[in-house]
Amino acid sequence: MLELVPQQAPFRFIDEIHELDREHIVASYRFSEDADFYRGHFPGNPITPGVILVEAMAQAGVVAQGIYLYALEFSAEEVEKVITVFTDASVDFSGQVLPGDRVTTTGRVKFFRRKKLRAEVEMRKEDGSLVCSGELSGMGVPR
Amino acid sequence: MEQSAVMEGVVKILTPWVKNDEALKGVSMETNILDDLKVNSARLVDVVIAFEDEFDIEIDDEDVDTVNTVGDAVQLISSKLG
Repeated sequence: MLELVPQQAPFRFIDEIHELDREHIVASYRFSEDADFYRGHFPGNPITPGVILVEAMAQAGVVAQGIYLYALEFSAEEVEKVITVFTDASVDFSGQVLPGDRVTTTGRVKFFRRKKLRAEVEMRKEDGSLVCSGELSGMGVPR
Repeated sequence: MEQSAVMEGVVKILTPWVKNDEALKGVSMETNILDDLKVNSARLVDVVIAFEDEFDIEIDDEDVDTVNTVGDAVQLISSKLG
């Protein structure tokens, strides 16, 4: 599944997918201390940008989950013709992610219709504390 | 259910996603949902699910392709309501 996720380094925010079925996904990622965005966000006080956290949740809960669901309905050839784009999100932030932190994202499918997937997604740190949660959606469009 | 009531429900559901308020003020059966009201095409699934919940019906994905105007939506929902 990871091979099918189109986002690649330095914009890949999934290291491992631990669980994946029709209803949910669990994936993890450790933020590299060398990530370029820490130089500016913020100088001397590096904190992972919220938009990156949302992207990380979307890559697991929407992109990887969406590819999986799409592959259940269509051939591998059809799957390769489609790319998932972000359509909408509503997210609450509860904590910070610092350089070197490992986070686990859990996504649960709300609906998958007409190539659109909406999922309830949450991200937690290794100590179990909640980082952010919300609803994210994406849609498969022709490449 | 009267067609006017279905129309009212359709417009109520579409309203949060309308980007063209002027078109909404003059909404009619001929108003195109994407071109006139400027509803984002990615929101159509949300709209259809809201139709199903509001009117307690099921809409096949294939039927969604026939909906271009507010009138198309009203006709489709009315046909499901019998």
